[in-house]
Amino acid sequence: MHDAIHIHVNGEVRTWRSGATVTELLQDLDIRTERVAVELNLEILDRAVFDRRLLKDGDRVEILGFIGGGSL
Amino acid sequence: MADDRLIIAGREFKSRLWVGTGKYKDFAETKKAIEVSGADVVTVAVRRVNITDRSKENLLDYLDPKKYTILPNTAGCYTVEDAVRYSRLARAAGVSDLVKLEVLGDERTLFPDTAGLIEAAKILVKEGFIVLPYTNDDPIVAQKLVDVGCPAVMPLAAPIGSGLGIRNPYNLKIIMEMIKVPIIVDAGVGTASDAAFAMELGADAVLMNTAIAGAQDPIAMAEAMNYAVQAGRLAYKAGRIPRKLYATASSPIEGML
Repeated sequence: MHDAIHIHVNGEVRTWRSGATVTELLQDLDIRTERVAVELNLEILDRAVFDRRLLKDGDRVEILGFIGGGSL
Repeated sequence: MADDRLIIAGREFKSRLWVGTGKYKDFAETKKAIEVSGADVVTVAVRRVNITDRSKENLLDYLDPKKYTILPNTAGCYTVEDAVRYSRLARAAGVSDLVKLEVLGDERTLFPDTAGLIEAAKILVKEGFIVLPYTNDDPIVAQKLVDVGCPAVMPLAAPIGSGLGIRNPYNLKIIMEMIKVPIIVDAGVGTASDAAFAMELGADAVLMNTAIAGAQDPIAMAEAMNYAVQAGRLAYKAGRIPRKLYATASSPIEGML
């Protein structure tokens, strides 16, 4: 069994299992990887490393995508 | 006007009307309005994905990336750091190096912080971005943006979402004459005549969102804008007659009794 960790995903604290990858987090959240950008502790991740990057306690993950917009 | 293509950084665009995708009632209306407008470039914003409610549909399900160039913007960014960060995120989430760069200076007017804009553009161009900057109607700033490597410049007609139309046609005209890259008039258009006017001045394209999405009938307004941009472009290329204070008869005097 993996230990439980706490990570911040888009500003919300979530309990997660240690040793899980970014890909697994996206799958669990039902998010298609080809349409989003993931920032881990302010580092923008290349899609190619989603499978390899492991999440650890206290990590701050931002998942962003495109929405309707002109200017603001 | 098959030979009248807009080319920016080696990319060819069919339409001279570019549209934003915000403020519509739903995605079906967004899609329909874009289709009717004839636009082939659509702007999108970069925001956090909703992780609690995944039932929500995605805008990109409605926009075929083969049909449209998706142009991410940095809307809502007030600092160089934020604008650069959002541009990088947009590139990571998307498929291209295109970015509509906004560095805003003030919440009430949403006018650009042009010093920050030039600085952010410089950084992003070095990173390989194709930077299309949303700027003020200032010819000197426009030239500085070109100098740092922007392949087009997007001066405002009026404050974003204001619908005030072309507030300073003379500055825009100077920009169009001075600046050797395509000029896309962005923001402030209220109705079809504003879009036609921008094109008659010599704009290479017009970008709008609220004028269509906020109209009582957005689909009808999208069609009106399509015609207006085409009419304005044709009139510009046709070359208008000079303005004169007095009449010039258009019927001959010869043959009169």
